[in-house]
Amino acid sequence: MGEQAVKISEVTLTKEDFTSDQTVRWCPGCGDYAILSAMQKALPEMGIAKEDLVFVSGIGCAARFPYYLSTYGFHTIHGRGPAVATGVKLANPALSVWEIQGDGDALAIGGNHFIHALRRNVDINILMFNNEIYGLTKGQYSPTSQQGLITTSTPMGSIERPFSAGEVALGSQATFFARTIDTNPKLMSSIFIEAEQHRGTSLVEVLQNCIIYNDKTHALITAKENRDDFQLHLEHGKPMLFGAGKSKGLRLNGLKLEIVTLGENGITEDDILVHDALEPDPTLHQMLVRMRPPEFPMALGVIRAVKAWTYDEGLAAQLAEGQAKAKIKSVKDLLLSGETWEVS
Amino acid sequence: MTATAKKRVELDRVVIRFVGDSGDGMQLTGSQFTYTSAMLGNDIATLPDFPAEIRAPQGTMEGVSGFQVQIGAVDIHTPGDEADVLVAMNPAALRANLKWLRTGGHLIVDLDDFEGKNLKRAGYDQDPLEDGSLDGYSLTRAPITSLTKEALKGVDLSTKGIVRCKNMFALGIVYWLFNRDPERTLRFITEKFRKDPALIEANTKALQAGYFYAETVEALPSSYEIAPASIAPGLYRHIAGNQAIAWGLMAAAERLGSDLFFGSYPITPASDILHELTRHRGMGVLAFQAEDEIAAVCSAIGAAFAGQLAITASSGPGIALKGEAMGLAVMAELPLVIVDVQRAGPSTGLPTKTEQADLNIALHGRNGESPVIVLAARSPAQCFEAAYMAAKLAIEHMTPVILLSDGYLANGTEPWRIPDLDAMPDIKRHAPSADVATPFQPYLRDPTTLARYWAVPGTPGLEHRIGGLEKADVDGNISYDPMNHQKMVDLRAEKVARVADHIPAQSVRCEQSGKVLVIGWGGTYGSLLTAVTELEAAGESVGLAHFEYLNPLPANTEEVLSHFEHILVCELNSGQFARYLKGLFPEHRFHQLNKVQGLPFRVNEVKDKIMELCHG
Repeated sequence: MGEQAVKISEVTLTKEDFTSDQTVRWCPGCGDYAILSAMQKALPEMGIAKEDLVFVSGIGCAARFPYYLSTYGFHTIHGRGPAVATGVKLANPALSVWEIQGDGDALAIGGNHFIHALRRNVDINILMFNNEIYGLTKGQYSPTSQQGLITTSTPMGSIERPFSAGEVALGSQATFFARTIDTNPKLMSSIFIEAEQHRGTSLVEVLQNCIIYNDKTHALITAKENRDDFQLHLEHGKPMLFGAGKSKGLRLNGLKLEIVTLGENGITEDDILVHDALEPDPTLHQMLVRMRPPEFPMALGVIRAVKAWTYDEGLAAQLAEGQAKAKIKSVKDLLLSGETWEVS
Repeated sequence: MTATAKKRVELDRVVIRFVGDSGDGMQLTGSQFTYTSAMLGNDIATLPDFPAEIRAPQGTMEGVSGFQVQIGAVDIHTPGDEADVLVAMNPAALRANLKWLRTGGHLIVDLDDFEGKNLKRAGYDQDPLEDGSLDGYSLTRAPITSLTKEALKGVDLSTKGIVRCKNMFALGIVYWLFNRDPERTLRFITEKFRKDPALIEANTKALQAGYFYAETVEALPSSYEIAPASIAPGLYRHIAGNQAIAWGLMAAAERLGSDLFFGSYPITPASDILHELTRHRGMGVLAFQAEDEIAAVCSAIGAAFAGQLAITASSGPGIALKGEAMGLAVMAELPLVIVDVQRAGPSTGLPTKTEQADLNIALHGRNGESPVIVLAARSPAQCFEAAYMAAKLAIEHMTPVILLSDGYLANGTEPWRIPDLDAMPDIKRHAPSADVATPFQPYLRDPTTLARYWAVPGTPGLEHRIGGLEKADVDGNISYDPMNHQKMVDLRAEKVARVADHIPAQSVRCEQSGKVLVIGWGGTYGSLLTAVTELEAAGESVGLAHFEYLNPLPANTEEVLSHFEHILVCELNSGQFARYLKGLFPEHRFHQLNKVQGLPFRVNEVKDKIMELCHG
């Protein structure tokens, strides 16, 4: 909800103001550095007073994030970050609450909290760093690892089918889902700001590279030679165009997406789907989040941002209604309520 | 209405047990009798006894629901070992409960229900009313169902609706039997069914018909009188344990000047705390039903970090799930109250039956060296004070506190003298002073209590980071330094140990020194106190030390133990507190009385054990 409840900073802050005195301890070359930097750049632009920012995390490499920001921070336990963040936000709705997770934290051990945070639509922002691997525990497969991936716990290749974070999120009735990538600092910063502005639970999936255990897992998307063909930057109200010179686009063929080329077979821009992030029906959003190279480009940007009643609004309304209607206004009233009798 | 003509017998206490099918309204019947008696000045204790199933098949042993109440002209601390009067609405209820009726006790049955099909469902081969098996009891065969139908002729209700009023007929009989004016219940009926005049008429007529039936019928030759007890003057009300916990927490929040955050997941027998708290949004209670037990405790930890009085509550299975998060609260040194309404375990165990077997998990059930304060409530009404103190200690010492209650306390009720809230001890937020040095050092401690300071998000200049990784002393940065870890483990232990300086000394009831010291904790208080008081009155050298503070123990614990020859630790588990005490005070002679049947102690079994030690 951001701008309405959260106090606006009276002084202009800079990236340095959000940098803590702790030495950053991620592996050299880790994608997390870029995410941290993008956040430190985005925070001053949000205009939120430093003391009103709380970063909560679970366990994993990503979860060290709060230590490196000079805001309030709480590094909790594995998978439980969304539950802790929910408690922080409900206790003090004036705070801007961020929750940082990895793919294992969010979708394996913490799956239940993740889906219920999204379903409840508490006004918190979840950043999920997706490197498709467990880093801190030394390289086991995660719920987003691709089938067949050789890891320290799958020497013969992973048997399991991977989750798409976006699909889980939309299935959980997420009102905001965006995807970005650690190689694109500008996109990250702008999406973080949009996530903050959304009222309700915002989920941002950051495709992130683990240089040690799953290096180049997103290379197909990030490599210079593929970038244009394998990244679709979605903008609300704009046609879904990608490829060199925006020559390709997406359209619906029956119930399926298909890639078409402008100018071929009479295709014009009018045939291309226009992105509507505000559409409550998640059907097309589901198709977009499921796309994956090499068959399709990876959808980046704000894929879904729909208006919906938030849990905190509901709670505030009930508190106000309760207060207005309450006959019992103090514990003393409470003790004297119902049947009492005097013994003399 | 007044009872007339028949003989009146004075009693100083009586135990009545109402039993019937789950749908027969026995809890309502029992509680109505309880309230009426309390308002007449009797001392009281109750024990609802209901199945885990919401509606087991009608007429079966599994579906039997009961409510036992002891009322007295003397101090009453338990619902009683055995019933003097058993009201059984069907054969299954009789079969399941006859064992609770004392030999020679008064048995009232609904004669109409004792026929072929119902007898068979209850597992009777022949009618117990006819085969002589009830010869040892004073039996009243009351045709309750048919008389209720007769009395309610012309009332605009279905036959089913009419038959449902038979509990009021039974209550009418018992009101006459104990010379209670049904007036209060008639008012209750009018209020409860104010939207349905037919139900008011039906229940009123049934109650009156039962009363007049008892007055008239020769099967009830006399009625009984229980004079008011001499209880302290003041304004009284009824309270059940779970309700008292909710209210005690609300009182603590009000005193602290905080909203109350309650993160919880439904579980028997703790859910009533959630139900009660959700009713009070108007007083700023943020009762949050989480997606699971772990989220329940974690949301509370988040709220504690954000500066609110934060609570989670559960029963054993849920407490087991919360273990890791409790460890986080230990490490983060945040105030948190964890209420454990114990039930019989392990695993799902006996969800509606009481036990005290979660002491070990409360004391030790977390990874690493993870001390927390542990308190235990001793009676339904005392749950209020226990919850208040649990919150106070959590806030002032910046640590998780586990409050142990149990299924018996949770659902049991007793009259409660409404406390003077102003006389409750103050609760002080352990906030950093205004001139605190920056950057804020989250693990700087109060030199006396060793509590760290509660710096709350939203406060400018106090931004800091905490978490589950070991923290460097004072500045709170992540530290893997061996000597720092040693120091922090020691500090966390010492912080909890020093709570002993802030809690009352352990008191002893009855003899202060002598032959046998009975030790108990939690919900067994009533049984143990009754046993010890009665034996002391009979000239035995016996005292009772009933512990409310289990970790740390009161500072004078060792001294209390040293005044007695034998120490008898009584608990509803296999000896968890006894083992704990033996470890701390190995030089003393400990004996044990343990029971794990899902039931409270009977006074007599405690007395027998004490007598063994007194004269063995």
